[in-house]
Amino acid sequence: MKLVTAIIKPFKLDEVREALSAIGVQGITVTEVKGFGRQKGHTELYRGAEYVVDFLPKVKVEAAIKSEMLEQAIEAIEKSANTGKIGDGKIFVFDLEKVIRIRTGETDAAAL
Amino acid sequence: MKKLCAFLAVVLSLAFAGVTLAQDKPAATPEKAAAEAKPAAAPEAKKEEAKPAPTPNKGDVAWMLTSTALVLMMSVPALALFYGGMVRSKNALSMLMQVFVVFSLVTVLWCIYGYSLAFTEGNSFFGGFDRLFLKGTFDSDKGEFSMAATFSKGVVLPELVYVAFQATFAAITCCLILGAIAERAKFSAVLAFIVLWFTFSYAPIAHMVWFWMGPDVYTSAKVVDEMNGKAGLLWQWGALDFAGGTVVHINSGIAGLVGAYLIGRRIGYGKEAMPPHNLTLTMIGAALLWTGWFGFNAGSALEANGIAGLAFINTYLATACAVLSWIAGEAIFKGKPSMLGAASGAVAGLVAITPAAGNVGIPGAFVIGTAAGLVCLWGVSGLKKMLGADDSLDVFGVHAIGGILGALLTGVFNSPALGGPSFPVDWFVGTAVPAKDYSIAAQLWIQAKAVGVTFVWSGVVAAISYKLVDWTIGLRVSEEDEREGLDTSAHGEAAYRM
Repeated sequence: MKLVTAIIKPFKLDEVREALSAIGVQGITVTEVKGFGRQKGHTELYRGAEYVVDFLPKVKVEAAIKSEMLEQAIEAIEKSANTGKIGDGKIFVFDLEKVIRIRTGETDAAAL
Repeated sequence: MKKLCAFLAVVLSLAFAGVTLAQDKPAATPEKAAAEAKPAAAPEAKKEEAKPAPTPNKGDVAWMLTSTALVLMMSVPALALFYGGMVRSKNALSMLMQVFVVFSLVTVLWCIYGYSLAFTEGNSFFGGFDRLFLKGTFDSDKGEFSMAATFSKGVVLPELVYVAFQATFAAITCCLILGAIAERAKFSAVLAFIVLWFTFSYAPIAHMVWFWMGPDVYTSAKVVDEMNGKAGLLWQWGALDFAGGTVVHINSGIAGLVGAYLIGRRIGYGKEAMPPHNLTLTMIGAALLWTGWFGFNAGSALEANGIAGLAFINTYLATACAVLSWIAGEAIFKGKPSMLGAASGAVAGLVAITPAAGNVGIPGAFVIGTAAGLVCLWGVSGLKKMLGADDSLDVFGVHAIGGILGALLTGVFNSPALGGPSFPVDWFVGTAVPAKDYSIAAQLWIQAKAVGVTFVWSGVVAAISYKLVDWTIGLRVSEEDEREGLDTSAHGEAAYRM
C-alpha cells in the first residue's frame, strides 16, 4: 500500500478529486496549507506599509491506495493538476505500513 | 432606561408643542432661548415678556433626532468596524471593545459635566457648571423644556436634543484617538486617559470653537460686542468650523500622534507583517461612516433648511472626489488601486469637508475632496515615514492632516467669490459679507490660528494625560500579553473560533 501526498494549486482541487475518483480511489483527505517553493511570493501594500508574502496558499491532497494503483494515481494527479506554469506543486509517495477501518476493524486492503 | 427617558422627553415635548399650538397661547417657557439660558435668568426674562416664546419646529426636531442617531451609528458600529478590520485578528475584539466602551464612557461624562463645561456661559476657554447632570433642561413640575439656539433668530430646539446631538460628537472624537495606540494599550489606561483628555481638551476646544450666545440675544447693534465677548475664544476670532475640523479631527489626530510617540511602537513594527485582518469589515465601516456623516455634517446646521442641504451635498460630493483621487494616487505612485485606499479616501474626504460642509459652495467640495484624497495619501505614507511613530491606524495622517487641510481651505472657499455662502457681517445685521469685502487672506489667517491653538492645546493636554496615566496605571500591556493578543489577554475572549 502507498500513501500519495500531493501539494497542488487550490483551484485545481475539484479536477484532481474527479480524476482520482475516476480511477477508483475510494477516499481522500484535503488540507489547506501554505508554503514556498520556486514560485515567488507577492507583495501586498496597505497604505504606507508593504509586506512580502512568502508563503502561498496551496492544497494538500492525501490518498491511501493499493500499490498496484500507484502509477495510475500519479498520472491522474499529474494530468489534472497541471497548468504548465510555475507553482503547480509536487507529489510525494510513501510506503504505507498498515490501514485499519475504525468502524469494522477491517485492515489493510479491505480497509482502503 | 436612559433611552426610555429620552423617548418620553421627546414625546412630551412634541405633545407639549402640539398643545401650545392648538391653544394658540404663548408657551410659558423662559424668553431666553439660547442654550446657555440660566434658570436664574428666567424670572427676569419673564418680566419683559411681550412676544410669545418660540416653539421648536417639528421638522427641525425630527431632523436633529435623526442626525443624532446617525452620528451614534458612526461610532458604533461604523468606526469600530473600520478600525476593527485594520488590526490583526488577535486584537479585533479589543478594538471593537475600546470604541464601544469609550463611546459609552464619554456619553456618561457628557451628561454629568461635559455638556455644561462645553456649552454654558463661562469664560472664553471653559464653560460653567450650570448644567451639571443636565439640571434645568426639563422642569418636571410644569412639563417645560429649556430651549437651545440654532443659527436663525426665533428658531429653537429643545435643549435636550442639542445635548444628545453634541454628546455623540464628544464620544466619537474620543473614539478616533484609539486607532493610534491600537494593539498595545492597556484597557484601563485607555479609559483613564480618555477621562482626562475629554475633560481638559475636548470640552474646552468645543467651548472655544462652538459656544456663543445664539442669534436671539443680538437685539441691537449696541450689544453685539458684549455678546461676542461671551462666546468662545476661537468663535470670537471668527474661526469657521461647521461640524468639527478643529474640535473633532485635529483635536483627536494630535492626541493620537502624541499617544503613538509616548506608548511606543508595537513589538515587531517594521519587521513583522501587520496587515489588516479583514478589509471587508473596514469597507463596511467606511461605508457606514459615510452614511452617518450626513447626520454629523448636515445635522450641524441645527435646522432642516438649505444650509443643511448644502452641507449634505458637500459631504456626499467631497467624499466621492476623495475616493477617486486617493485610488488614482495609489495607482500612479504605488502601482495598484486598493480597497483599503478607497475606504481611507472616503474617510479623508469626510474629514476634510467637515469644517467646510455648510461653509463652502459646490466648487469648494470638488477641490477640498480631491485635495484630501491626495494629501492624506501622503499623510499615511511619506509623512508617516518622516514622523517615525507607529500611529497604527493612521489617525494623524487622515484625521489631523485632513482636518487641517479642510480647516484652511474652508477659509478660502467660504468666500462668495468662490461660490461660498460667506459669513454674517455681525449677528444683529445678519446679512453675509459680500464678495467685494471678503478677504480670503484674512480668513485663512484666522483659520490657521485656530488650527494652531487646537494643535498646541490638544498636544499638551494629551502629553500630560498620557504621562499621568503611564505613571499610575501604565499605558502599555506586557510584552507577553501583546504577543498573545489583547482579545484573550485583556478580555478573555476571541473574535474568531476555528
